[in-house]
Amino acid sequence: MNNSATAIFEPAPQYPTPARDFWRSFSSNKGALLAMIIFAIAIICALLAPWIAPHSPIEQYREHMLQPPVWQSGGDSHFLLGTDETGRDILSRLIHGGRISLMIGFMSVILSLLPGIALGLLAAFYPQNLGIAIMRVMDVMLALPSLLLAICIITILGPGLVNTMIAIAISQLPAYTRLARASAMAEIHKEYVTASRVAGAGVARLMFIVVLPNCMAPLIVNATLGFSSSVLEVAALGFLGLGVQPPTPEWGTMLASARDYIERAPWVVTMPGLTVLTSVMAINLMGDGLRDALDPKLKRAA
Amino acid sequence: MFSFFLRKFATIIPTFIGITIVAFSLIRLIPGDPIEVMVGERKLDPVMHAAALHRLGLDQPLYVQYFTYLNNLAHGDLGISLVTREPVMKEFLQLFPATVELSLFALLFAVVIGLPAGMISGLRRGSIFDHGVMGIALTGYSMPIFWWGLVLIMFFSVNLGWTPVSGRIDIEFDIARKSGLLLIDSLLSDEEGAFKSALMHLILPAIVLGTIPLAVIARMTRSSMLEVLKEDYIRTARAKGLMPLRVVVVHALRNALIPVITVIGLQVGTLLAGAVLTETIFSWPGIGKWLIDSISRRDYPVVQAGILITATIIILVNLIVDLLYGVVNPRVRGEK
Repeated sequence: MNNSATAIFEPAPQYPTPARDFWRSFSSNKGALLAMIIFAIAIICALLAPWIAPHSPIEQYREHMLQPPVWQSGGDSHFLLGTDETGRDILSRLIHGGRISLMIGFMSVILSLLPGIALGLLAAFYPQNLGIAIMRVMDVMLALPSLLLAICIITILGPGLVNTMIAIAISQLPAYTRLARASAMAEIHKEYVTASRVAGAGVARLMFIVVLPNCMAPLIVNATLGFSSSVLEVAALGFLGLGVQPPTPEWGTMLASARDYIERAPWVVTMPGLTVLTSVMAINLMGDGLRDALDPKLKRAA
Repeated sequence: MFSFFLRKFATIIPTFIGITIVAFSLIRLIPGDPIEVMVGERKLDPVMHAAALHRLGLDQPLYVQYFTYLNNLAHGDLGISLVTREPVMKEFLQLFPATVELSLFALLFAVVIGLPAGMISGLRRGSIFDHGVMGIALTGYSMPIFWWGLVLIMFFSVNLGWTPVSGRIDIEFDIARKSGLLLIDSLLSDEEGAFKSALMHLILPAIVLGTIPLAVIARMTRSSMLEVLKEDYIRTARAKGLMPLRVVVVHALRNALIPVITVIGLQVGTLLAGAVLTETIFSWPGIGKWLIDSISRRDYPVVQAGILITATIIILVNLIVDLLYGVVNPRVRGEK
């Protein structure tokens, strides 16, 4: 019985599942794969920071101030990447800082992606009044570069960890709203949407269950790339003294005071910056890989 | 053509009104009333408090305050700085040329390097050059520019001693202010070495500010070039036996540049946001540093004006790019 069934259906090709298809396409991109590994290491370090970090991020080893990294003369294997101006271990601060920087970046993407999707879908489903109103507000927000918009919001809310998150989320909201609206507009007049409308689906169902899944690919790609710009913005705000406040270890905040030690202790400057650069590059490379794998149309254009 | 201009112009009006509302609301959204915010920690007796509210018109209904604000704006009155007691407009006009000079040179740096690099990458797709340029572009695109500035200072200013660390020109020069752009003013003055000093001060900040636009322009030029090279008219041109150079320069490049021009226009936002960071690192006396200093000094009228001006510049530049795009590419004009 079983044998004859296979015999009959044998010519039918084995289609890979979407997940497998995605993975084959993604993993053929060596750069994206490497980036994903680097990113995974960063995430693991951040999650396990209290157990991995050799020292406490805020403990000041007064007798080891401005100790160079281990490979330079005068380095100490106790402090692999050296210590800062108050004798805090830079490696431990970077590991713990990853928690703050990556967490704020991630949360701000979520906080702008979800309302952005909702607003974009609303704008696409009610293009007459509500849609126009939403898009006008987004136009106003887009008139300011996102860093300046974030600075503007911080001015109102005051600096701090949660406020940084909110400010970056708001500053990136227009991008997601526009994208969600544009992808939904492309789907909304297709037959399957009409079919479920005729079948009696309500607006909410049409929005979130029928249309949204077909708009996810560009949104996911944009969210990945948005994550990298969030991490950059968190660092920039921290550097300007408007983000996370010291002594909380955060990559940008670590650089804020580093300027004074450029001559005496260059490692205080190089290490946090290299960390930001590496993580942002990894996320961007991964985003490019995701885009190519999820959206073959874009691949040909790029 | 004229109706295209009018239509484009009409689209920015609601955005501009929105921006004035945002700038107007800024001071009023800060917790505490504006007078308390302005005097800061000091205690103010209630009579003086009420008098100050009345003097600034803050005891009026909100909509009256908003229309007063709009009326002042229309007369070029952006308010008075709380710290220097100077009109904000006057301070802005003094500092703005510095930012313009810095941004122009950053953009020049980005275009002069990014455009040819992206072009050659597109033509030699898959070559070592292509991979190299795209690797550098990815790095530039991911660069925390405030750190990049520090690294360049560390290397070129501290280690090699080639360039100064901060400012626009050495203090011994006293250049008469004509255009506000120090490179031009120092050339016009008779002072020996003033131009060189101004140039050396400008190089590092311009590189830092131009890094992200450079990466974006190189990537865009490359993909636009790849797109155009696939077109039928390129094949036709090749089939006609035209010289490869002629095909590239006359047929491909011209069409590939259309989207690149838009992208260059869009960099104005990147430049103005980047100016905040770059000017802070290099103590460059422009509007970016002015804005950040004012936030830390709680000089809210300046912050308000800075936001308004920045947004206005970006809206206007985007409008100009849109219009230029319509001039270069007639197909856009008919679209609604």
